[in-house]
Amino acid sequence: MVQLLFFYFALVVIGLGLRIVTCKNPVHSVLLMLVLFFHMAGFYLLLNAEFLAAVQVIVYAGAILVLYLFVLFLVNLREEVKMSPFIEKGKWLGIVGAVALFITFLRGVMNFTLGPHGKYTIEKVQQLTHTKAMGEAIYTTYILPFEIAGILLLVAVIGGLALARKENKGA
Amino acid sequence: MELLWILIKILIVFAVVMFHVMYATYFERKVIGHMQVRMGPMRVGPHGILQPIADGLKLFFKEDIIPTVADRKVFYAAPLICLISALSAVAVVPFFEGFAIANINIGILYIFAMSSLASYGVVLAGWSSNSKYSFLGGLRSSAQVISYEVAMGLSLVGVMMLSGSLNLTDIVHAQMKSPFKIYLIPQIIGFFVFVIAMFAETNRTPFDLPEAESELVAGYCTEYSGMRFALFFMAEYIGMIVMSCLAVVCFLGGWSGPFDVPGIPFFWFLIKVYFFIFVYYWVRATLPRYRYDQLMALGWKVLIPLALLNIVLTGIIKSMFG
Repeated sequence: MVQLLFFYFALVVIGLGLRIVTCKNPVHSVLLMLVLFFHMAGFYLLLNAEFLAAVQVIVYAGAILVLYLFVLFLVNLREEVKMSPFIEKGKWLGIVGAVALFITFLRGVMNFTLGPHGKYTIEKVQQLTHTKAMGEAIYTTYILPFEIAGILLLVAVIGGLALARKENKGA
Repeated sequence: MELLWILIKILIVFAVVMFHVMYATYFERKVIGHMQVRMGPMRVGPHGILQPIADGLKLFFKEDIIPTVADRKVFYAAPLICLISALSAVAVVPFFEGFAIANINIGILYIFAMSSLASYGVVLAGWSSNSKYSFLGGLRSSAQVISYEVAMGLSLVGVMMLSGSLNLTDIVHAQMKSPFKIYLIPQIIGFFVFVIAMFAETNRTPFDLPEAESELVAGYCTEYSGMRFALFFMAEYIGMIVMSCLAVVCFLGGWSGPFDVPGIPFFWFLIKVYFFIFVYYWVRATLPRYRYDQLMALGWKVLIPLALLNIVLTGIIKSMFG
């Protein structure tokens, strides 16, 4: 059952991913991306990570994607912008690059081995509830990376403010 | 067997919610009518009691008009997104002891996720109609919902801290064990922020700018007619019911009451939800609409700092006495 669900989610995510890139209408792309995010939340649910699944939907689908829509509406793109290729015969270069990348990934996946198991087994996570287990891990073992991520976001926020703020001297 | 029971539960809840939506429209017209010294609907049945059925039939048989320049696929999908996201949020609400369609550990977050989805229906309806009024209504709505969702989420963090859980059933149980029996008293700031955010989140007066009829005709649903318009309408009322349920579960102790009513375990829950629905109508009949910049200033400069203050205070009190 779990494997069947996994294959369903995986197939839909890949199919939608392709459709999003090839879609001519950017708003349709965003809509398909919404469906894609839901299927990605499905992966988290399969991994017993219900907190992450909910946050995935709230943050990505609920906030970030709406901002994408805003940007699209503000620039008001109804159809795709066509440009002449940057490099002549760029298509062939692209294909070669893509195949090389694919082979690299394939080799990487084939050499993949499972790491050692941590102290959070499936039973323990289910008993603690995922929210609590994740909170404990973040605020004890991984407090330093967590704080660094927080500082990074703060810097980004301040940077955004500094860029967006207009200087109005004597106005 | 278990699956069958879940299906039966879904059918029951669906029927009950739809019935409430029908009569919520009737009571809105009655309540506002009486507040303005009118009678409200009186013609269909005694005291107009069959008015919602007449309205439903009329909307169902009306011609379904689609603007020629509309983006058809999105135009069809938008009302469905609204309705489905509103209805699926009902799935986690515990109506009485042991009765929720899905008793999941992240109930609150699930409701947030679903309510944030509803804004897609609105913004896409506005965009796909290809009309100025609809588009402005859609933009206003999405900006408003994003801003107030932050305040609403933060206002409930206090409740999560006190109960130590995101599960709605556990939150009610934790309230029964708490000294005041309800979180309304220790979380009064959170409740204040939540109720205001609740009005903004469901696009109701005084924050109904997305459908401000004096400036935007009917906002995002200007170009919709017949059944598709009715879907938006239903989604709005279901949204109100869900938000009222969330307020009842998180701040007013859910199904618990001063004494048990034998045979009706959901008695107190319904009374409290009806109270919130009444407050929606009361506010609509009383307050004028906010200006858009006032709305944004209220959300970002008043409600969010207040909600953060509430979190800090709750944390201090919990670490001192908890």
